[in-house]
Amino acid sequence: MNILVILLLFGGLFFFTGGSIGILRFPDFYTRLHPAGKLDTAGQFLTMSAISLYIMQDFTLHTFLTATKIVLIVIFVYLTSPTATHAIMDAGVRAGLKPWTKAGRHDLAD
Amino acid sequence: MDKDYHTSFGNNLSPRNPSKLSRPKRFNITFIISFLILFALWIIFSGRFDGFHITLGLISSAIVAAFSGDLMFTSRNARSIFLLWLRMTTYIPWLLYQIFLANLHVMYLVLHPRMMELINPKIIQFDSRLKSEYSRMVFANSITLTPGTITVNVNALGRFSVHCIDDPSGQPLPGKMEEKIAHVFKE
Repeated sequence: MNILVILLLFGGLFFFTGGSIGILRFPDFYTRLHPAGKLDTAGQFLTMSAISLYIMQDFTLHTFLTATKIVLIVIFVYLTSPTATHAIMDAGVRAGLKPWTKAGRHDLAD
Repeated sequence: MDKDYHTSFGNNLSPRNPSKLSRPKRFNITFIISFLILFALWIIFSGRFDGFHITLGLISSAIVAAFSGDLMFTSRNARSIFLLWLRMTTYIPWLLYQIFLANLHVMYLVLHPRMMELINPKIIQFDSRLKSEYSRMVFANSITLTPGTITVNVNALGRFSVHCIDDPSGQPLPGKMEEKIAHVFKE
């Protein structure tokens, strides 16, 4: 059981690390939102399921309630995270920020 | 023109049309379902089962459900709400699987040494056949949850603007996801 928990935790950390690297590597505001807002969804799902499994090891009512709360955290983040990401993106479009494109980069290079 | 406006305005206010003026029933099925959900959340979050906390939970859930019970549901028919949720539970595992696949794809892009050549960010537009606001909201949120695509805007006619990070992420839209949501909402 502990091995499964450790594997899940490392899987989640892998996605979180990927998200951070993505924020640094991608070229502009809009593309950076992709790893920032969303690689977290997989990372969060894996780490939270690892934690709830770890807590459920000695099964009592209180550990079950705590695990349920952790599952609820996952559900609420899955509901609010896309809304927040969309709001930031929409704010960028409304402010008139042009998306980075390959063609645009070639134009600049020429 | 002016007279038309006044007569239609008067008709809306006249008591001859009681269905529009009567207030919605307080204790309908949407109130009961919202109350049960809120009270279950209260029990989970408080974790105490003595009379004081249960009573507080009952009172506050009833107040919140009375104010906002009709926000969560589009239908007032218990059977159709139940069937909608049943179809929703078949959709959610598929969505989770898609999210996982797309996460792996974005991870591959992030860690690829020649990332700048692989990505091709652009905003694509397409018309959705989904009609109701609720199903469009679910579709837009599902698009945003799947990494590689973010919904920028949905207008009143159902035209979606989606920012996608490379060609393979944007290609399957609207496609299968829209079909599944249309099946869930029977559209």
